[in-house]
Amino acid sequence: MLAYIAKRLLATIPVMALVAVFVFALLRLTPGDPAAIIAGSAATTQDVAAIRVKLGLDQPLVAQFLVWLGNMARGDFGESFFFKKTVASLVADRIEPTLMLSLTTMTLSIAIAVPLGVLAAYRQGTWIDRIVMGFSVLGFSVPVFVIGYLLIYVFAIELNWLPVQGYQSLRDGVAGCLLRLVLPSLTLSVIYVALIARITRTSVLEVLGEDYIRTARAKGLAERVVLTRHALRNAAVPIVTVIGIGVALLIGGVVVTESVFSIPGLGRLTVDAVLARDYPTVQAVILLFSFAYVLVNLLVDVSYTALDPRIGY
Amino acid sequence: MLSRYRYLAAACLAVALCVPALAQTTLRVVKHSDLKIVDPIWTTAYITRDHGYMIYDTLFATDGGGQVKPQMIDKYELSPDKLTWTMTLRDGLLWHDGTPVTAEDCVASIRRWGAKDAMGQKMMSFVKDMPVVDARTFRILLSAPTGLVLTALGKPSSNVPFMMPKRVAATDPNTQISDYTGSGPFVFKTDEWKPGDKAVYVKFDKYKPRAEPSSGLAGGKVAKVDRVEWRVFADQQTAVNALVAGEIDFIEQPSHDLLPILRKDPNIKLVDWNPLGNQYAFRFNATAKPFDNAKIRQAVVYALNQEDFLQAVIGDKQYYKPCKALFVCGTPLASDKGMDGLIESNFAKSQALLKEAGYDGTPIVLLHSTDLQVLTNLAPVAKQLLEKGGFKVDMQSMDWQSVVARRAKKDPPTQGGWHAMLTSWVSADILNPVSTAFLNASCDKAPFGWPCDAEMEKLRDDFARETDPAKQKAIAEAVQVRWTQYPTHVHLGQWYQPGAARKNIDGVVVAPASVFWNISKTGK
Repeated sequence: MLAYIAKRLLATIPVMALVAVFVFALLRLTPGDPAAIIAGSAATTQDVAAIRVKLGLDQPLVAQFLVWLGNMARGDFGESFFFKKTVASLVADRIEPTLMLSLTTMTLSIAIAVPLGVLAAYRQGTWIDRIVMGFSVLGFSVPVFVIGYLLIYVFAIELNWLPVQGYQSLRDGVAGCLLRLVLPSLTLSVIYVALIARITRTSVLEVLGEDYIRTARAKGLAERVVLTRHALRNAAVPIVTVIGIGVALLIGGVVVTESVFSIPGLGRLTVDAVLARDYPTVQAVILLFSFAYVLVNLLVDVSYTALDPRIGY
Repeated sequence: MLSRYRYLAAACLAVALCVPALAQTTLRVVKHSDLKIVDPIWTTAYITRDHGYMIYDTLFATDGGGQVKPQMIDKYELSPDKLTWTMTLRDGLLWHDGTPVTAEDCVASIRRWGAKDAMGQKMMSFVKDMPVVDARTFRILLSAPTGLVLTALGKPSSNVPFMMPKRVAATDPNTQISDYTGSGPFVFKTDEWKPGDKAVYVKFDKYKPRAEPSSGLAGGKVAKVDRVEWRVFADQQTAVNALVAGEIDFIEQPSHDLLPILRKDPNIKLVDWNPLGNQYAFRFNATAKPFDNAKIRQAVVYALNQEDFLQAVIGDKQYYKPCKALFVCGTPLASDKGMDGLIESNFAKSQALLKEAGYDGTPIVLLHSTDLQVLTNLAPVAKQLLEKGGFKVDMQSMDWQSVVARRAKKDPPTQGGWHAMLTSWVSADILNPVSTAFLNASCDKAPFGWPCDAEMEKLRDDFARETDPAKQKAIAEAVQVRWTQYPTHVHLGQWYQPGAARKNIDGVVVAPASVFWNISKTGK
């Protein structure tokens, strides 16, 4: 197992290298010039050219790439073109809100979706099943920002139960932090509840027809035990796979939610950096997201061995 | 003995319980942009200018009546030959680190600003030397008389000549500063600055405001709140919701479509803090055929009108005003001279001019920005009007940063260049021929668009040299007349964007930049 994990981690190196080349090239090929943005409206051509030299943008692309790669190998992600802060410190400032939002969203989603999916499968064809599936379709169809605005309107403005926006760091109080995450997490979790519930229902339905389920019931086990210890356990592999895919989708969803709820996370940092053509920041954040996704995939693969003893590496 | 101390302790406790704890007042503001760059000499970005007004002070400032008044300066005089200015600082001015502000600091600051700012460069072209006389006095020695000194040192908008400690002002003007010590009414809390999230300022207790009441950017700058937080909101609707819920106190520039919601809320008031507003502009690339031909640019002036643009973007007549004056209606240099019949969509005249000029049907590459609400609708209106005026137009849509990158290029329009683009200026930046960047016709040294006209440059130089306000006005009118012959851009009317504040906020300063002294906050 350890050898497998080590092999997978080593395999991330070429993956990350490809991502690095891709994101570097894509940024340089898209229209836009950070030097012109920095220089401002009244700048002359000479002003813009001087800034390009300062930022190293006058160098050949290959040279720029190699410098960046070399710096990264030393753990130096460079300095933001705009913020006069190191990219590492910018990312460090923003990582907690995104992590907290992602964690609370996935926890909420799994806690709601898995039982709903199991219930829908168990009560297949009944009104419970129809409601769960109907909600699932709605969850896929309604855009995240519409859900966000609706929740803000009801719970923050009309009822005044929850704050409209903002993030409080864990350091400044767990309760305050979680309170501000309620609406954004609910907003973001709608689509994941829809996705996970649907997959859970399908997987559990497949398993419920198996012989060992009939045997478990024949042994006199309580239905709750049959559903959780036997059905759900055996249906877990595809569910965990989808949860892993959900993490990738989360990265995109987080951007919109962070904007709607004014949460200063990595998603917003990425959008701001892209719009400002802040190359070092965009490059670093994309690499970070890619690495996170590769790690999540590895965790999902490793979890299979815990869920299904027949799987081994 | 012990019982005496017990009584004392009990008395203190009783007093403490009776006197309410002095809570810190925090003003929470949503600005128009995120504070990224914090050197107001290095960049002209308005957000950085506003940051400058928080933590720095200026030698002179423009008051609510548009007059330049002394700010850090106590006394100033001009010699009879108009070649020597003597300036003495007010007593008791301190930097945020507690050290006194000196004349040396000011001279260094003027030099740094004068190396970057266009108006500053023009002023410095007249300056022979700036000797320091004593700790609070310095002189500006001129090679020739100029009316620019006070106008430039009191200019309200970017780049504002903010004063910095000598050690900071010694930074190369093309390198950003890293020390944010100022002498203004607030101190920048760098430890709490989170780009993309918030910038924080706290009251500078040792700031010495002028005795006069606050007026525009001049007068007494009294900080009436302890703390100001600039919050970043990516979404305007969220900012409005937060204002309605009382989570923030002031939105600097809510978008026009949200103003009706704000107007209806009983806890919110709209504040017209910048009555001079902004001016839209259609900018030519004077190096790209056919716009290298002044007659063809004149045809554009005849084809366009202001009302259509203002209606399409702003919509509400309450917040816009057509104005044919180049230098902003309601300001000293505003005039309609030479403007009869212009910018009124006279399509017949436009077509006639095109025929005279031999326009060959080259499509005009018009850059259309799509992601800034106050600019998005301009290009489609321009396209329609130009086509009616006889032009062929190739409108290319892209985000604003792509527009900014492309307008800096001199490539042929069909190969990544451009013919025309639309933008907006804060009125404070376009009050006279020298400060109006788009009138700079110094060819390669001009900003994007690169108009090249010796006569325009002579007139701007004449303005810089003139000290008599009446003669300055005559020169400004001559510039406007020259503009009708050699259009560098087309001004498309003035528009306004009020701020929105909770009703417990008072004292918002009416000025071309949004500033936060004089503002008080009571209750919630």
